[in-house]
Amino acid sequence: MHDRSVRRRRAILALLVGLSLILLTATFGDNVGGPLRSIQRGMLEVLAPIQEGANRVLKPFRDLAGWAGDTLDAKDERDKMRDERNSLRRQVVSLQQAQRENVQLRRLVGLDRQRDLERQDPVTARVIGRSPNLWYTTINVDKGSSAGVRRDQPVVNGEGLVGKVTEVTTGASVVTLITDHTSGVSARVLGGRGDEGIVQTAVGNPNDLLLEFLPRDSQVRRGERIVTAGTRSNRLESLFPPGIPVGSVTKVDPDEIDVYQRVHIKPYADLRRLDFVQILTDPDRDKAAVVSSGAGAGQARAQVP
Amino acid sequence: MLAPGVIVRLTALGVVAVIVQITAVSQITLLGTSADLTPLVVVSVGLLCGSVAGAGMGFGMGLLVDVALLQTLGISSLLFTIIGYAAGRLREARDPAHGLIPLAVGAAGTALAAVGYGMIQFLLGVEAPVSLLLLREILATVAVNTLLALPVYALVRRVVGPALPQDPRRRRGRQASTTRLSPFTRA
Repeated sequence: MHDRSVRRRRAILALLVGLSLILLTATFGDNVGGPLRSIQRGMLEVLAPIQEGANRVLKPFRDLAGWAGDTLDAKDERDKMRDERNSLRRQVVSLQQAQRENVQLRRLVGLDRQRDLERQDPVTARVIGRSPNLWYTTINVDKGSSAGVRRDQPVVNGEGLVGKVTEVTTGASVVTLITDHTSGVSARVLGGRGDEGIVQTAVGNPNDLLLEFLPRDSQVRRGERIVTAGTRSNRLESLFPPGIPVGSVTKVDPDEIDVYQRVHIKPYADLRRLDFVQILTDPDRDKAAVVSSGAGAGQARAQVP
Repeated sequence: MLAPGVIVRLTALGVVAVIVQITAVSQITLLGTSADLTPLVVVSVGLLCGSVAGAGMGFGMGLLVDVALLQTLGISSLLFTIIGYAAGRLREARDPAHGLIPLAVGAAGTALAAVGYGMIQFLLGVEAPVSLLLLREILATVAVNTLLALPVYALVRRVVGPALPQDPRRRRGRQASTTRLSPFTRA
């Protein structure tokens, strides 16, 4: 009797572990349109309204916990903000001058490549869920394909770049944040020579992004701002439009100069506390993609991060 | 074999715990990190209901987490199955009575889940550099979860306990009171 119970217990454990391994292997090899992903998207479709309801109900508790944390950090935050305000005032003066010159130069050269975010048809979405573990920095939002959301569309908030859409269902989407280890964003330094690199994350440190592949002789300084580079070539188009703020340089370590230089960035967006985000749906880009794929006889257009 | 009433309660508990975790707890920062209630609930079920229920609860909750967040299926299920089973075996083999056992087992379960995630991610291939601060994040998560282990255990016991045929604590309590009332006991 005891042996039978032990055998049954071990059999159940082996069955559940085996099932988990089968699921893991199948999902890992499954592509975006695969059957398991479709089932997951279907399940998310069912769970999204429940998540949205629970999110609204539990918001007061989240706000209460957030308020307690904010009160503790308030003094430090105020001092930092004062310093930043003074620095920004100085910058505004010089930027206004630069803006006037820029408008004149644009008229002269006829460039209008830099598009405003308003023209990217932003769709505001509520954050309804968040991954609890350190390895998947994703959030679920309550807008899906019915609102014009597609895979790979950039996601921002009032502070800067947040991430990109990686999965879409009719009424909800999954956004992979820029602090996820699979994320990579082409970016450039605002100031100096405007060197470009790739923003990646260091797993385990969500407040520290890395701007990799900068030229060795790049003269990046602490406090300089990093924005998306937004390559606009016909062959290699970036997923992110140019000029979206990503973060500011916090550390330039001479020891980290190898073939390329690497600098550390603090993201502008507070990715630990997101209530609303904007998805840049940009219908022009979709039309261009259709034209491009039609012209390319079925060839997928190459994209850089 | 678990009674249908227990299975219903465990299913409801698992679904509610995952939804609360995803929609609220993950978005609250404590000590620079977020608490993760899911391993604590799995460990508590293992301690209260045994290894088979712990493993089943772990598998179910892990699957729900992976499905709800469109993550790679199977990772959370695998880890939580093992954690639930181990907690259940601890109860079956030792039947620990100390009041702080859920706290220690909750901390161990959280640490196992965090380290296990890391190991599986390394096996699947991580292209980004990994910061040593990951260790600090794991320790912070374990610390926060340790603080929450006892309240979560008490909550799970409150939900599941009444439906269990033999709650170990109630059984011990009954035995103690019976002994005191026995006419054969020395004064």
